[in-house]
Amino acid sequence: MTPLLQVKGVTKRYGARLGCGDVSFDLWPGEVMGIVGESGSGKSTLLSCLAGHLSPDAGEVIFDTRAEGPRDVLTMSEPARRMLGRTDWAFVHQNPRDGLRMGVSAGANVGERLMAVGARHYGQIREQAVDWLGRVEIAADRVDDRPRAFSGGMQQRLQIARNLVTGPRLVFMDEPTGGLDVSVQARLLDLLRGLVREMGLSAIIVTHDLAVVRLLADRLMVMKGGHVVETGLTDQVLDDPQHGYTQLLVSSVLQV
Amino acid sequence: MIELSDVSKSFVLHNQGDAVIPVMAGAALSVAPGECVALVGNSGAGKSTLMRMIYGNYLAGGGAIRVGDVDVARAEPREILRMRREVLGYVSQFLRVVPRVPTLDVVAEPVLAAGGSHAEAEARARDLLARLNVPERLWTLSPTTFSGGEQQRVNIARGFAHLFPAMLLDEPTASLDATNRAVVLALIAEAKARGAAIVGIFHDAEARAQVCDREVDVSGFAPAQAA
Amino acid sequence: MTETAYNFAYLDEQTKRMIRRAILKGVAIPGYQVPFASREMPMPYGWGTGGVQVTAACLTPADTLKVIDQGADDTTNAVSIRKFFQRTAQVAVTEHTEEASLIQTRHRIPETPLAEGQILVYQVPIPEPLRFLEPRETETRKMHALEEYGLMHVKLYEDIAHNGEISTAYAYPVQVEGRYVMDPSPIPKFDNPRLESAAVQLFGAGREQRIYAIPPYTQVVSLDFEDYPFEASKADHPCDLCGCATSYLDEVIVDDAGGRMFVCSDTDFCSTRRAEGHRGRLSGEDLAEELA
Repeated sequence: MTPLLQVKGVTKRYGARLGCGDVSFDLWPGEVMGIVGESGSGKSTLLSCLAGHLSPDAGEVIFDTRAEGPRDVLTMSEPARRMLGRTDWAFVHQNPRDGLRMGVSAGANVGERLMAVGARHYGQIREQAVDWLGRVEIAADRVDDRPRAFSGGMQQRLQIARNLVTGPRLVFMDEPTGGLDVSVQARLLDLLRGLVREMGLSAIIVTHDLAVVRLLADRLMVMKGGHVVETGLTDQVLDDPQHGYTQLLVSSVLQV
Repeated sequence: MIELSDVSKSFVLHNQGDAVIPVMAGAALSVAPGECVALVGNSGAGKSTLMRMIYGNYLAGGGAIRVGDVDVARAEPREILRMRREVLGYVSQFLRVVPRVPTLDVVAEPVLAAGGSHAEAEARARDLLARLNVPERLWTLSPTTFSGGEQQRVNIARGFAHLFPAMLLDEPTASLDATNRAVVLALIAEAKARGAAIVGIFHDAEARAQVCDREVDVSGFAPAQAA
Repeated sequence: MTETAYNFAYLDEQTKRMIRRAILKGVAIPGYQVPFASREMPMPYGWGTGGVQVTAACLTPADTLKVIDQGADDTTNAVSIRKFFQRTAQVAVTEHTEEASLIQTRHRIPETPLAEGQILVYQVPIPEPLRFLEPRETETRKMHALEEYGLMHVKLYEDIAHNGEISTAYAYPVQVEGRYVMDPSPIPKFDNPRLESAAVQLFGAGREQRIYAIPPYTQVVSLDFEDYPFEASKADHPCDLCGCATSYLDEVIVDDAGGRMFVCSDTDFCSTRRAEGHRGRLSGEDLAEELA
């Protein structure tokens, strides 16, 4: 078995300031990895570098493509990378407005990725859209409503449906539960867990919420000042943290 | 099935003057298939720490922890995860679940995770919840709102759902009434009978005597105290 | 100021060369929007400044010019542009499609099939077909470059979802020679099949500073879904003046009681047919005289 994603020495600088430095890890099929750290720790920069939204100054991001096996996405042509972004990859933004087209219906939002890869049968596109709305617990009769008319939690679920409809293998999530209230978060997390298992997805989740990673992530990477300070099994890192910063992070969480 | 040799552990508190607290040294343990070993020792002797190290929840400081073909002290996270899915079950004292997930799904999940079918998982979950006397009207509700005893029984049902070849049991009979305690002891006996290697912590001496083949005193693994 | 004070066709020679280079590039890459340095023209944006600049760059003294607006030769826009070139280029003008060597049009393709050697110049308000769904020009350019056209179908999907059919009736998007998706300017979708033509078709957007082109005999496909195929629809009537059952029609309200008639939008086509003796429902000779 080959890793789905091999990250080697990814470094990104903003002038003199370090975004993220020399980050390396392997992500295996079906694995969910959490990246935690405080604001400015470099976790979002790293995610952007991995997802192709930023080009790192150094390093390799090798993805096991369906057609050609492991390839460095950073040296891929832009069309190939964007195609990957529409098919095998998905990106769930913290703010659903960044990931949705607010001006078109829920059905069109879900259908867009299908049409982008060549679907040209309206009835089938719509059928799949309705099916996916159901899977993210949005009623079928909302298919023609625009996301503007949806609550925050519904918008986030719609964004997930829109991303997963093409059956991606790797999902990047940036604070997926960030803007939601606690009860809605729980529902979303439950949904994500189910989808991850059913679809055999691999995922990289950036968050500062340790409760989120405990529920969703198999593995954890802790970042500080642009560097990875600790990695390991999620529950091991949280229950037996080895690095001083992780110990501080874990002990800083308010208990309820 | 479970082999520990020369296992050590110390905690380093980086935010408290880098204090180093050695908690275990030279721990050794061997559990064969079909055998149940009880960890005993005073409170604080390290029974839970040892159990957590076997599960990979605490990082072993040194030595080897073999569960099946995996050395937990050295394995990659994904190897430990596979071990937890397929080989080593863990019944902790507390139920930790995603809010909103129905009890039936909570119990069925380990079977699905190990590759079982939905039908198989649900049948197993129903059977265990019924045996542990969790009222059927609660099965579609999330266990987060249940009483302590009910949560503990859901936790046990979840732990025994998949037929693990090795199991860790942390106080499985605590806070159970006599009827349910008997059910749990029967479940343990059945697991042994099908060849599971079991390590457990039982404060309940009677239960310990009933299901455990031998006892290992964890106090013997205390690190030599520096003068 | 006397007419001779203007350079031929108003624009200076350097500007016309610059526009011709853009046109040639457009012809070489069918459907691709070529940027050009659009000039201020002595008419407001929205009155066809893009088309006028393309026409100015193409005209020669030997040309015969026809200008139509929504198919008609006699509306304000058509008349003023025709007068403009009569005055600045002293070219011959005509209302007959067959006689014209260059036709500038707003929102229609003439009914009479165009021939090799003719040039059809379109006035374009918004050249970017993807704009309504993706407002970022940086992104739409990239989408054209990489042939990422799924978004165009999102618009058609929305049409069907909300109206039960593809309700886009004009400026219906097309794909040119299997490559660029193009806005054919706000012509009715009835005209789309005639975008495959023997004539050279040039599109000018003045405010947006873009020129694009369809060379003769280029494949032009109207986008659609397998289960909602493209249909070149028109009002289901014959022309009330000339009786033509196949031409594109305008609906005209004729009295305060809601009485209405349908007439060919192409005035030259209609009057030519009537001159040949064709008659429609309301073409008593008097009415025909009055409306002609």
